[in-house]
Amino acid sequence: MKSTAELIGADPGWIIIVKAALVFIVCVVLTIMSVWGERRIVARMQQRVGPNRVGKFGLIQALADGVKLALKEDLIPAAADKVVFILAPIISATTCFMAFAVIPMTGEVSLFGHRTAMQLTDIPVGVLYVLAIASVGVYGIVLAGWASGSTYPLLGGLRSSAQVVSYEIAMGLSLVTVFIYSGSMSTSDIVAAQGKWWYAVVLFPSFVIYCISMVGETNRAPFDLAEAEGELVGGFHTEYSSLKFALFFLAEYVNIIAVSALATTLFLGGYHALPGLGFTESWLGGWFTLIWFFLKVLFFFFIFVWLRGTLPRLRYDQFMQFGWKVLIPVSILWILVVATLRVLSMQGASRAVIMSFAVGIVIIILTINILFENAKNKKKNMLVTPAAPPSFAVPELPSQITSINVSQKAGDHA
Amino acid sequence: MPDQIEPIAPREISVNDVEFSQVVQNGPKGFFDQLKGFYVTFITMFKKVNTVQYPEVKEPTAERFHGRHQLNRHEDGLEKCIGCELCAWACPADAILVEGDNNTEENRMSPGERYGKVYQINYLRCIFCGLCIEACPTRALTMTNEYELADETREKLIFEKSDLLAPLRQGMLAPPHPMYPGMEDVNYYRGEVKGSHPSQDINK
Repeated sequence: MKSTAELIGADPGWIIIVKAALVFIVCVVLTIMSVWGERRIVARMQQRVGPNRVGKFGLIQALADGVKLALKEDLIPAAADKVVFILAPIISATTCFMAFAVIPMTGEVSLFGHRTAMQLTDIPVGVLYVLAIASVGVYGIVLAGWASGSTYPLLGGLRSSAQVVSYEIAMGLSLVTVFIYSGSMSTSDIVAAQGKWWYAVVLFPSFVIYCISMVGETNRAPFDLAEAEGELVGGFHTEYSSLKFALFFLAEYVNIIAVSALATTLFLGGYHALPGLGFTESWLGGWFTLIWFFLKVLFFFFIFVWLRGTLPRLRYDQFMQFGWKVLIPVSILWILVVATLRVLSMQGASRAVIMSFAVGIVIIILTINILFENAKNKKKNMLVTPAAPPSFAVPELPSQITSINVSQKAGDHA
Repeated sequence: MPDQIEPIAPREISVNDVEFSQVVQNGPKGFFDQLKGFYVTFITMFKKVNTVQYPEVKEPTAERFHGRHQLNRHEDGLEKCIGCELCAWACPADAILVEGDNNTEENRMSPGERYGKVYQINYLRCIFCGLCIEACPTRALTMTNEYELADETREKLIFEKSDLLAPLRQGMLAPPHPMYPGMEDVNYYRGEVKGSHPSQDINK
C-alpha cells in the first residue's frame, strides 16, 4: 500500500480543484451547522429550546442570521484606516480555512474513479504549517483592533492577540511530544503512527494541555475574556458591522472546527475507527472513515459547547498566569520526560532502566508536590497567628477572615 | 445664626459594636467537587424544557392576571358605569378619560342619575396596576385575562367605550332602555335585578 503522500502526489490538477472545493464546502457547512448546534445544545443545558423557527428544527437559523448580517448597513468609521480595516476580516477568515488543507479526512478512497485520500495536500511539516497559519490569523485580530481607530477595539485586539499568542506557545509545546513519538510532522504520517495506540492515551498530559490551550487559542469560554459578550462592547470587532462582522464570526467558528480537526488528527487517531471497530474502515469504499473523522471533530466541538455551558469566565490575570506559569512549564517538563524515554528506548535500554526512570520521575513529582503543599500550609499558619493583640478595634485581614457577619441578631457581639 | 449650630459629637462606635452573627465561609471547593458543574449541565440537557411555544401554544394566565379592562353590565343590560371618574382620578398613569352625562327617561344607559358618555383607556399609558378597579364604586370596571394588546399605531391602542364594554349575555337588552319596573337604582346596586323584563324592551 502506498503512503498518503505518494497517493496525493499523483493527483491530477482537476482532482485537486475538486478536493479544494469539497474541503471549503465541508468547512462552511460544518460551521453553519455548528453555530446552530451550539445554540441548541447550550439552550438544552439551560432548559431552553434554542432556535427552532427557521426551517425544520431551526436548522437554517445560522444561514438566516448570515443573510440578515449581509443586508445590514456596512459602516466604516471615519477614523479607521480603510485598507487595513477591510483587510483584517479577510485575513482572519481565509487563514482559518487554510489550516484545513493538511487535515487528512479519510483513508484511501476513490474520488470520481481516481484513487486518492481526502486531504488537499500533504507537506512534510504539515503541523508546523497549521501553527504558522494560526499565527497569521492573529494579524487579523490585531489589525482589526488597530485599524478601527477607536480605543476599545484597540484594547480588545491587544488582549485577544496576547491571549492567542500566549496559548499558541503551550499548544506548540504540547505538539512537540507528538513529533518526538511519531518521528514526523506530516499529518498523514502522524495518523498512520497511531495505528495501535492513540496519542491521547500514550501522551495523555500533552493531550490535556492541547485541549486547554486550544480553548484559549480560539478565544472561547471560559477563556473568552477579551470579547466577553454581556460584559464588554465586543473586543476587537466593536466597530465592525455587516459582512465584515460576519467574516469574523465565521472565522471564530471555522477556527474551532480547525483546532478540533487538528486534535482529532494528532491525538484521536484521525480518520481511523474506534478501537475494535477497524472493520468499518473499508465500508462505502473507505468513505466511512470520513464519518469517523467528523464524529471525532464533533465530539471536540461538543466539549467546547459543554465548557461554555458550564464554566464561568476567567479573569485576565488568572488566565495569563495559568498559561505562562502552569501550562508552559508543565509542557516543557513533559517534553523532557518523553524525550528521555524515547532516547532510552531507541538506544535499546532495557525495560528495567526505562521503568526505573519513569518511577523516578513520578517520585520526584510527588516530592515536589509534598514540599510545595508543606510550604503552603506553613505560610497559611504564619498568616493565621497574629503578632500581638492590638489595643484598639481593627478589621481582620482578608487572609484571616473565615466568616463574615450578616444578620442583626441582638446581643451576639464578638 | 451660625453660632447656634452645635458641632456633631464624634460617634463612639467601632466596627465591632455593630450587631452580627457569624456565617461560615468555606472557600473554594476541591477539584472533583468543581467537576460536578459538568454533570449538572450534562444532565440538564435531558430534562424537560420550560419554554412555551407561545404563538402556537397558549398557557392560561393566573386567575387574577391583570389584562385588558372590561366595563360590566347589570343583569338587564344597563351599564354599571355611572361616569363618576373615580377610576380616572385613581389612575397613576393618567391613562383613563371619562366624561359623564345625565340619564334621561328617553335615553337611559345606566340606573340612577349619571352614566359614562365617553370612556377611553390609553393602553400605551396603562401600567395594569389595577387601582382603577379598586376605585370603582359599582364594580363597573374589572380586568380580563386578555394580554395580547400589541398593535401598529398609537391610535389603535386608545380603547373606546365600545371596545371595553362587556358583550350582552342571554336575557340582557341593549341600552338605552328604562329601569326594571318597580326597581330603583339602589335595587340594582344591591344586585336585586336578576334579568330583564319584557316591558323594558322599547324597540319591540
